[in-house]
Amino acid sequence: MVTAQPVLEARDIVKSFGRVLALRGANFTVYPNEVVALVGDNGAGKSTLVKTLVGVHPPDSGEILFNGRPVTIHTPHESRELGIETVFQDLALAAEIDPAANMFLGREVVRRGVLGKLGFLDKAEMRRRSREAFDSLGVRIQDMTQPVANMSGDQRQGIAISRAVTWADKVVFMDEPTAALGVVQTRNVLDLIKRVRDQGRAVVLISHNMPEVFQVADRIEVLRLGTRVASLKPGEVSMEDVVAAMTGAQSFHDGDEKA
Amino acid sequence: MSAPTAPPEPTAAEDLPEEPRLTWWQRLAAVSSIWIGLILLSLIVIFSILRFEQFSAVSNARNIATDAAVLLVLATGLTYVIITAGIDLSVGAVLVFSGVVAAKAMNALGGESWGVLLAGLAVALASGCAWGAFNGFLVTKARIPSFIVTLGTLGMALGSALLITGGVDERNVPFKLITSIGSGRLFGEIPYLVLIAAAVAVVGGVVLSQTRFGRYTYAIGSNIEGARRAGVNVDRHLIKVYAIGGTLAGLAGYLALARFGTTSIAGHSTDNLNAIAAVVIGGTSLFGGIGTLLGTVFGVFIPVVLQNGFVIVGIQPFWQQVAVGAVLIVAVYLDQLRRSRLRQ
Repeated sequence: MVTAQPVLEARDIVKSFGRVLALRGANFTVYPNEVVALVGDNGAGKSTLVKTLVGVHPPDSGEILFNGRPVTIHTPHESRELGIETVFQDLALAAEIDPAANMFLGREVVRRGVLGKLGFLDKAEMRRRSREAFDSLGVRIQDMTQPVANMSGDQRQGIAISRAVTWADKVVFMDEPTAALGVVQTRNVLDLIKRVRDQGRAVVLISHNMPEVFQVADRIEVLRLGTRVASLKPGEVSMEDVVAAMTGAQSFHDGDEKA
Repeated sequence: MSAPTAPPEPTAAEDLPEEPRLTWWQRLAAVSSIWIGLILLSLIVIFSILRFEQFSAVSNARNIATDAAVLLVLATGLTYVIITAGIDLSVGAVLVFSGVVAAKAMNALGGESWGVLLAGLAVALASGCAWGAFNGFLVTKARIPSFIVTLGTLGMALGSALLITGGVDERNVPFKLITSIGSGRLFGEIPYLVLIAAAVAVVGGVVLSQTRFGRYTYAIGSNIEGARRAGVNVDRHLIKVYAIGGTLAGLAGYLALARFGTTSIAGHSTDNLNAIAAVVIGGTSLFGGIGTLLGTVFGVFIPVVLQNGFVIVGIQPFWQQVAVGAVLIVAVYLDQLRRSRLRQ
């Protein structure tokens, strides 16, 4: 992790909303093949930082590097082109349509030839490829024709994550993916996060839940008052240390130089 | 809710042909349009038993289908709009407006040629499309709720139609329009009105269920923000949906003109509500994301069959309004039940 080049790096990001300065020179680093947890108290700027990196809110100033070269990400579309996807907290699934339709929403596979030109869907192909994606990530969906609304919380989260992973070959952001889930379902999703990493992608996990962060994260970046205040490894620090960094009770050397 | 059981899973995943066959029945039973279809069928059976020779005559079936044709065209467009979780109250007024401008245009051109009729059709479709696109633009770009937007355009379209005609119905339409489209029949049997309406419904149903356009329609109605985040151009799609609804209202105006030979401005004041009722009776959810065109077809025919059957059986036809109202409430109740089951 130390030697590799970051796949995604944010430098000195500034973002304000009216008079509120949400990010004041924030840095953030994501390496390939790691689960990095982005933690911070409410209002620390986690969500804003993520939205900046995926193009929902372009930054006022600062630099974003992708595989070492500067990029501009001003729309969600541009981040997708780079291989970055986001699993939003509220899932962003369409509940009334089936898993495959959700997987391919906005990227539908159409039939060959004239019918395809007219926008006729190749439903069998989308279903087949969705099934492959679910199987490879261990997401269990019994009935591929049921609307997503009929499925359990971890199944739905599994679909949302599978969708992100299918289209992101570089980085997957997950905003509190277990917030609405029970114990068993949470464990399933955490296992899923590890599998996503093992398949060669970087995962950015936004979470409040310290035990969960320590369970899956390879690295923890702490955000406080719109800047990064620490970059820690779970094996080297305690949960109390992380909480101390979040609240400002204890200061660490900023992760910028070290990381 | 129960933890997914692993063992039967992989096998089901392997042999894919198994799946559609298995779920065909499940889906059929779950779709409320099937129940509505059964209600329609039982109505037909009941009336046939009561008055077989009259109700089941070919001529009566033709009457029923002709009565349903214009409403079906309106309801097809509305099915799309309602699946996006929107509403279009203006369709009846747009129908009238399009009929008026089409009649004026044809009379201005004069003559009885096919060219004149086609020009009238083009005018009707274009004016309907313009009203619909205007609706869609206001709903998406000005972010005004569709209920208010289309209530506003209802008044604007109807008022404009009255302004254009000075409040007097345009009774002078090309005779050829009435004899060909209005009362003409293919092979002397199938009214052209019915053929046109059926074609609209079939195309509408295929596009809705089989194409990307239909998929976006469901996705937007189901989760507009999710669709946006997935990269769907939501505003453009919604404007198209409202424009299609308006265009079909324009077509319905042209068909009504052909059928009645007059613009009957005052005769369409409840068309919008009838069309909405038909769509909702057919199982389309007012909350968006759910609905089929087959259901809408059933929903269109139930009021028409009731009306026709009551007249033949000798029940006061006013009962039809009572019955349709009750069916509407039951349909929405079933939708609520299904949704609460879905959402647990």
